[in-house]
Amino acid sequence: MDLPLIWSVLIALAVMMYVLLDGMDLGVGMLTFLAANEGERNLMTATIEPVWDGNETWLVLGGGGLFAAFPLAYAVLMPAFYLPVLLMLAALIFRGVAFEFRHKAVRPITKAFWNGAFYGGSLIAAISQGLILGAFIGGVDVAERSFSGGAFDWLTPFSLLVGVSVPIGYVLLGCCWLILKTADALYAKARRWGLYALIALSICFMAVSLATLSVDPRVTDRWGLSMQYIELSKALPLAPIPLAGLGLVLWLARDLRGDPLTIPDWRPYLLATGIFLSGYLGLAVSLFPWLVPFHFTIWETAAQDNALTFLLVGAAIMLPVILIYTVYVYRLFWGKVQAGDGYHG
Amino acid sequence: MEFDALLLSRIQFAFVIAFHIMFPAFTIGLAAFLAVCEGLWLYTGREVFKQLYLHWVKIFALAFAMGVVSGVVMSYQIGTNWSVFAERTGSVLGPLFGYEVLTAFFLEATFLGVMLFGWSRVGRGLHFFATCAVAVGTSISAFWILSANSWMQTPAGFGIDPQTGNFFATDWWAVVFSPSFPSRYVHMMLAAFITTAAIVMAAGAWQVVRGRPSTANGWQLRMAVGTLAVLMPLQIWAGHWSGKVAHEHQPAKIAVLEAWCETKDVQGTVLFAWPADNECGFEEITVPGTSPFLFPKGKELQGMDAFPRSERPPLWITFWNFRIMVGAGLVLLALGFWGVYLWFRNRIDKPGLFHWLAIPSGGLGLVAVLSGWITAEVGRQPYTVYGLLRTAESVAPVSASQVAFSLLVFMVVYAIIFTAGVVYMIRIATRGFDDAPTGSPQEEHRAPGSPLGAVDDPAVVPSLAAAGSAELKDESSAQPKEKR
Repeated sequence: MDLPLIWSVLIALAVMMYVLLDGMDLGVGMLTFLAANEGERNLMTATIEPVWDGNETWLVLGGGGLFAAFPLAYAVLMPAFYLPVLLMLAALIFRGVAFEFRHKAVRPITKAFWNGAFYGGSLIAAISQGLILGAFIGGVDVAERSFSGGAFDWLTPFSLLVGVSVPIGYVLLGCCWLILKTADALYAKARRWGLYALIALSICFMAVSLATLSVDPRVTDRWGLSMQYIELSKALPLAPIPLAGLGLVLWLARDLRGDPLTIPDWRPYLLATGIFLSGYLGLAVSLFPWLVPFHFTIWETAAQDNALTFLLVGAAIMLPVILIYTVYVYRLFWGKVQAGDGYHG
Repeated sequence: MEFDALLLSRIQFAFVIAFHIMFPAFTIGLAAFLAVCEGLWLYTGREVFKQLYLHWVKIFALAFAMGVVSGVVMSYQIGTNWSVFAERTGSVLGPLFGYEVLTAFFLEATFLGVMLFGWSRVGRGLHFFATCAVAVGTSISAFWILSANSWMQTPAGFGIDPQTGNFFATDWWAVVFSPSFPSRYVHMMLAAFITTAAIVMAAGAWQVVRGRPSTANGWQLRMAVGTLAVLMPLQIWAGHWSGKVAHEHQPAKIAVLEAWCETKDVQGTVLFAWPADNECGFEEITVPGTSPFLFPKGKELQGMDAFPRSERPPLWITFWNFRIMVGAGLVLLALGFWGVYLWFRNRIDKPGLFHWLAIPSGGLGLVAVLSGWITAEVGRQPYTVYGLLRTAESVAPVSASQVAFSLLVFMVVYAIIFTAGVVYMIRIATRGFDDAPTGSPQEEHRAPGSPLGAVDDPAVVPSLAAAGSAELKDESSAQPKEKR
């Protein structure tokens, strides 16, 4: 049994869960900036309040899982992304406590501060996650078994591009979540904002995809492309991934523009999920099997086999249980939030 | 002393983990308290327990959120600042942290949503289940963290890869249940319950002093002092157990903690000592000849002279924090007994010296937790994995300026959220049980138990307190807890 491979898939899934679930929380967080008034803002946060904590836990599983299954990768990547990780953590701290504090604040100025902490924290957390992702794809400098680059190596035009794209993607997820969870005026706004986000995201997606191809010749070769020719035997089997992404973008655009009465409210979120999945899969294809691009593969960074087995037993039992009660809680809070729910109905 | 990346990373780690541990220590105890209150409410049907639950769950929500956000920091901190440690120990400690996430974090985080927002959506039994799930989750989380930390104190069941120098497990049972784990887990869990009891006691005493006794307040005060009176003696026993294990496995820690200078067969107990440059040759007040009562007899007890300077922890930080912890514990023990005495003399609901002392003592549990952890962790120096991996070798290849910047950021961020969080928590706690609905239709829709079930407008609250709060209280307790 190829334990490092299994664990790389599991951690990739954990990160994917984080992106889809907390990405939507961060998206809603950013959208509170556009809320017309405090009532609308409360309505927006009420859609995520019961679930955000569980959603953020997937990030801890991603970090903890990387430490447990690929300690060398964890040890090389974390110092390499020191400042953006710090930025992300500080932003997530503000975002997390603001969920509670913005309701507790009494004076207008402190209320405004925690409202600002909520959307500012969401925005900066999303940007730093994009910067980290961009710097990760770009690769890091390694000497022997540790990071050997500088404090600002993560700051490149490419990482900035990804740093802009990720918040836009999260905003799209947030809009689709609001479409599912709200009604009337906010629902209509979410559809409109969602369309703008989708257009912006499509442009970003194309730019990031093309830029990724130029990061390293090995990535270009993986997709069967080069400056001179296209290698169809490699390009064709992979072509469905970007094509599916494109198709989903068009479908979602139609849903967001079409008659709301004929479109199920859950479908935009599902389609947005599909778009993220296609991008994520494309990324996995580009980078596999590098875990510290382009120095260490998943097998070179993996923990001892007995550690991987020990934790895999736990994951095999606990992950299905976690998924079951997560689904249960989502179903429990299913349905549109009501105006009265603004105060935690 | 040079402020290099190593020292700054140590300061930063100490700071963020000290900040973090206060909230789990409080919420572990508070979750258990809430579970007990809800259980009693369901069992006895008495409204007073529901009142207690709805009151403390608001504080719980705040403390839990602060614990979560400061906890996420910890799972990245080991990599960003201690990457060599992470790589060396990943194959041993990694799975323990992994198990913590899988068995505890998801459980607490997911069911917290039901606990806070699910009142109108689930039945009473299921809601009680959610509260219990959160309480159990916090205890499981402590289990794994204490297991990982105890392995660092008393490593067992491992081998070392000759090529990379990395640790690997040879016996998982021995890793998880390393020699110091059982005593330290018991010690920490008791500390968490005591921390919460001290805070609840202070809140109860505050209401009595303010002349607002109520049934609910009487209950919380009695439950708190009762808990202290029962658990503090147990805690002294657990601390002693922990000390005996440390003496067996980390004699250098005990030598500095007791400030024993010379290796002797019989040592005294140094009550206080004045510094002389982190070395022996200090002024002291010592009770001689006590060691036969505390440590195994007939064996030589190593003093600091048995360890070269490079092999033992710093003297004064360890020595004084240990005494602060013990002192705080003894005060809480005394208050616990005193409170129970007043309870049986039927004087606990009348303001007195006890109440005035209990209010400032509310934070003593946290003081003891912090000083106790400092004793344990500084006492492990100069190693991260005791005897095997030095702290100086564990640090990440990051620059001092980066760490200085991040330390500054954490200090500013934590100062802001700590101040705000404590203000909001104290505001709810001191408001007592006056947080009944004020009558506006919107507020009546607020689910009981949601953090916002509290009235958050202080302009309303004092006037409420003044104008017949008892009347409102009755109204609130009479309100049926209907399912929508």
